[in-house]
Amino acid sequence: MNERPNLNQAGFGNLAPAPKGLLARGDTSGRIRVVGRSVSVFYGEKQALIDVNIDILDKSVTAFIGPSGCGKSTFLRCLNRMNDFIDAARVTGSVEIDGVNIYDPEIDPVQLRARVGMVFQKPNPFPKSIYDNVAYGPRIHGLARTKSDMDEIVITSLEKAGLYKEVKDRILEAGTGLSGGQQQRLCIARAIAVNPEVILMDEPCSALDPIATARIEELIDELRQNFCIVIVTHSMQQAARVSQRTAFFHLGTLVEEGETSEIFTNPRQSRTQDYITGRFG
Amino acid sequence: MFIYVLAAILALTLSGYVIGQRRSLKLAGGEARSLHSRPGYYGAYVAAWVGIPSLILVLIWLLFQGPVIDALLLASLPDEKTANLSSAQVSLLISEIKQVSRGNIFGQPDQAILDAGVRYQNWRLIASWSMLTAAISLCLAGLVINRARIAPAFRARQRVEGVMTGFMIACSIAAILTTVGIVLSLLIEALRFFSLVSPLDFLFGLRWEPQIAMRADQSLGSGAFGAIPVFLGTLEIALFAMLVAIPIGLFTAIYLTEYAHPKFRAVIKPVVEILAGIPTVVYGFFAILIVAPAFKNFMNSIGIDAAPNSAFVAGAVMGIMIIPFISSLSDDAITAVPRSLRDGSYALGATQAETIMQILLPAALPGIMGGVLLAVSRAIGETMIVVMAAGIIATLTLNPLEPVTTVTVQIVTLLIGDTEFDSPKTLAAFALGLVLFTVTLCLNVIALRIVQKYRERYD
Amino acid sequence: MTDATLDTNVGSRLGVDWASEANARRLKKRYAANRRLQFYGLTAIALAIGLLGTLVSSLVVEGYKAFYQSKATLEIRLDPADIDPKNLADANYRRIFNTAIERYVPEAKTPAEKRQLSDIFSSEARYALRDYVLAHPEQIGQTIKLKVSLSDPFDQLEKGVIPRYVDALSSSETSRFEALAGRGLIEGRGADAAMKVSLSIDPQKVSSADIGAGRFRDIIADGLLATLGNPNAVGAAWPMLRDDVADVLKAYVIAHPDSIGQRLENFKLPLSPNYAALASGETPKVFNQRFASEKQFEWLDRLKAQGALSYPFASELLLNPTSRFPELAGLAGAIVGSFYALVVCFLISFPLGIAAAVYLEEFARRNRWTDLIEVNINNLAAVPSVVFGLLGLAVFLNSFGLPRSAPLVGGMVLALITLPTIIITTRAALKAVPPSVREAALGIGASKHQVVMHHVLPLAMPGIMTGVIIGLAHALGETAPLLLIGMNAFIPSIENIGLLEPATALPTQIYAWADSPERGFVARTSAAILVLLAFLVVMNGIAIFLRQRFERKW
Repeated sequence: MNERPNLNQAGFGNLAPAPKGLLARGDTSGRIRVVGRSVSVFYGEKQALIDVNIDILDKSVTAFIGPSGCGKSTFLRCLNRMNDFIDAARVTGSVEIDGVNIYDPEIDPVQLRARVGMVFQKPNPFPKSIYDNVAYGPRIHGLARTKSDMDEIVITSLEKAGLYKEVKDRILEAGTGLSGGQQQRLCIARAIAVNPEVILMDEPCSALDPIATARIEELIDELRQNFCIVIVTHSMQQAARVSQRTAFFHLGTLVEEGETSEIFTNPRQSRTQDYITGRFG
Repeated sequence: MFIYVLAAILALTLSGYVIGQRRSLKLAGGEARSLHSRPGYYGAYVAAWVGIPSLILVLIWLLFQGPVIDALLLASLPDEKTANLSSAQVSLLISEIKQVSRGNIFGQPDQAILDAGVRYQNWRLIASWSMLTAAISLCLAGLVINRARIAPAFRARQRVEGVMTGFMIACSIAAILTTVGIVLSLLIEALRFFSLVSPLDFLFGLRWEPQIAMRADQSLGSGAFGAIPVFLGTLEIALFAMLVAIPIGLFTAIYLTEYAHPKFRAVIKPVVEILAGIPTVVYGFFAILIVAPAFKNFMNSIGIDAAPNSAFVAGAVMGIMIIPFISSLSDDAITAVPRSLRDGSYALGATQAETIMQILLPAALPGIMGGVLLAVSRAIGETMIVVMAAGIIATLTLNPLEPVTTVTVQIVTLLIGDTEFDSPKTLAAFALGLVLFTVTLCLNVIALRIVQKYRERYD
Repeated sequence: MTDATLDTNVGSRLGVDWASEANARRLKKRYAANRRLQFYGLTAIALAIGLLGTLVSSLVVEGYKAFYQSKATLEIRLDPADIDPKNLADANYRRIFNTAIERYVPEAKTPAEKRQLSDIFSSEARYALRDYVLAHPEQIGQTIKLKVSLSDPFDQLEKGVIPRYVDALSSSETSRFEALAGRGLIEGRGADAAMKVSLSIDPQKVSSADIGAGRFRDIIADGLLATLGNPNAVGAAWPMLRDDVADVLKAYVIAHPDSIGQRLENFKLPLSPNYAALASGETPKVFNQRFASEKQFEWLDRLKAQGALSYPFASELLLNPTSRFPELAGLAGAIVGSFYALVVCFLISFPLGIAAAVYLEEFARRNRWTDLIEVNINNLAAVPSVVFGLLGLAVFLNSFGLPRSAPLVGGMVLALITLPTIIITTRAALKAVPPSVREAALGIGASKHQVVMHHVLPLAMPGIMTGVIIGLAHALGETAPLLLIGMNAFIPSIENIGLLEPATALPTQIYAWADSPERGFVARTSAAILVLLAFLVVMNGIAIFLRQRFERKW
């Protein structure tokens, strides 16, 4: 279980669904989807991320933990090239998804982001109807040929995000009228509507109350069956609850990465130990 | 004389300051510390009581001196001179007397006028001297009374600060007074106009020929003050202005907020905003010098006849002036859309254009609409461009190649030159002004409301 | 809408293949749309800046010509017989000047010719001469050299604005003629050029008994109507024909009496000289009507050949008051008027604006009154300026009885216009002073007034001054309200401009000049605008300098 999977085994674009129930909690088996090699990020002169190497497995949840400013969000944003929008940011090294380097000049960031979905810290539904929020992605990517295809995508996505039952009577009302937890699930529905291969979540529960948080955490666990999920969280309890693997970042470096149970019970590095036991952070 | 009075008051005020300061120090036995306030405050206290009342007196005096002397003059003239005169003739008579009194004698004025001229000169002299006397005595009274009030325990600072607060409140109320002045003057003159011309005829009439009223022998034509063609022309020109300004301004804002490099934006944004700083009379001249001939030649070359002062040219040039309004208000509105919505859209794999057109613009729409409304109000109230580049004759047409006139053009043409406050021609300008003020005020209030609501939404 | 189960992957069911060609095409289209939007944005910016550039450059191109003036240096003999040394001012300088110029052009003999000669020079020349003599009485009896301006048409001629000869036919006349030529109705060149029109020699109009009395013009008119179709075209065609065209037809009918009652197919009606030239492919020119005679050109050329003409900087533009003659018109009166009005505006709006802003920002408690004042100020800032003009007219002129056209009233109206702007910018500047400054001063026992006067206001002053200068710059360009209170008076002398005397201002002067028909005023107006813009640039420059020099980052 602990052996590092061979890089060369990483396939490309294969999305065959895994049999249900196979991936029980704690089971981290799966192919490697995302490979980061010597990833460094510079904001102008300042280096925010130093030489990160990591493998991220499919059909599992990987949590990035660490004190604020440690580079975990920066690295997350490298995975769908959201750093492109910051003029001063420069990324070196390589990030491969299914064996393809996403920083290759051939790679189109627009298409990449359709395949690597993202959910943000604060729920950010568009000021449109619930339907249009979910339909936005499929519409711009031309995923639905007919209106009924679109309806199907919207409903399926809402169902997957566990929101459909709550909103089916007001699906044409504004998405901004929902509660915070519902808004965040709407954003998750919006992200999965384009059928991404990887879903990035940047502290998705930090703006939510405990009940809404629990609901999202359940949802993440369900989504794990179909997606490769990376979640940044400041809460170690949350990392322990939802993730199969955990990576600990500190001062721009990846200190340690491994199975969640391992990291939390038996970390190899003293810094990890100190952070987990609350000596700093 | 006015200058001397002012100088006297100023000198007395300064000496009041010095006297107050000295007096307080003397009472304190040279020990400033034993005074309640610093000596300067005692000086300022006395100075305020010396200067302010007499300044107010002088201002009120000046306001009433002219009309009072005019009335006295008129009453002093023999009856046969003043019988059956219209107010215009009366003012002419009075100005003749004033000319005579200055020694500018034209032709052979009769003896009554010459006498009146002498009387006028005397009265003015008397009035000036009595004003000076009154002002100085008021100053001295203030000086004596308030000098006596100075005592070490006297709370001079609080008094002076009270005066300052009063002055500041008065200044704040000046803004309200301006509005009240605008509303009252427009309403009073407009009501006088509506006593001559029915408001219904004015608001819904289809013929606007105010020139008819210029001839005294001609009675008012009933349809001569129907303002519909004027309103229509105003709206038409504003529409063309918007047709030019909205696309250019909006696309400029889109490019500068979403595509442009920050350095490019830092240079280009102020350059575009120069357009709003150019006086409108310059745009008017630009319209008649360059744009109108060019447009006419172009239309002729494709075989269409266009008037040199066509509605389109006036509107288009006004549109150039309005570009910065639209662009900077849209810029603000688009920038105010939170970063998280952009991120959300980009994270779904949207291109910049998709993000702008489908997320940012709809989200910024209220802000942009507010800006557009402000710009419309600006276009409706804009004067010099249309005075120079649009027509004067009110024609009921929507043809962009023909000249139309606007509310502001009519106001200026009706009031330029000599004005009499009892002819419907002059009063009509105030009625138009009232409509203009009401409409622009409503537009502004609505626009400011929308913009404010929009800001609150994303704050 | 089917029931979808949780583990169904919508995307794969819909067959999304990111690598497919269809998807590549779609992506290409999306990027094209993106580039299109970018292109629209750049186009809009280019348009806006291009329009600004056109505006400024057209003003420069027109206006620079008013910054120099065509002048002639003339030798003038100051004959002691003409000038009484005791009464220098009353000599007939007009005659002295005319005698001097007639020495240059001895062939100008008749009064008409002499007048044409003196028309070359500005009518101000004799006053220039008088002023020179008054300043140098010792030179009486000698021959002096005096520089005098050319009159407007000749000044414009020297600057190449108007030509000596102009096209005889307008473009619409030319195009109408070319349309007829296109229909094959025009034949021949030069003197033979003619319009071919079929005429019916109606016996009702020409009797064979008395051919000479025939109504040949009517016959031609009927023929033209039949050929051209409508009366307007006939009206336009008449000037194309030679004046004696009816006589040509008459001569033909006299020579061919049998044609009466017949139809003459394609009868050649000779063209008038201008159109004949046009038919021969030349552009007919005529003498420019702005000048009196061609002799004037000859005389001017002679002066030029003698090296008498020069083109110095036109100090008149800045130093003269306005005038009916463009070559003499200057901006001095307008600049002084604008200056007075701005001083009044500043004296009123500066203390009033600051006091109101300080009260609202520092002292007033938020209640319905202050809310009302605030809303009121925001709305006043957007009231059209012409409405302020109406206010000034009704209140300052009509109720208070202040004099019309006076800079005092102009300044008061401008102050009301700038007041809201000054209040708003002052409040922003006060807001920018951090509360820590106030707390520190309050903490050492200063009263609220002392805090504001000694600490907050001085710190906010650069920001306030920036706002005030920008407000004044705006006021300098205001035109409409000044027109309404009559501050567009014609002031041909700057001696008695005062706060209560009639005056004019820069923008209203521009408006007045723009309305003047003389060609020279086009350049004058553009130059006046350049002067106005220069003032605005300087004022805004000072504001920007203040902001950058004193701006603090808290």
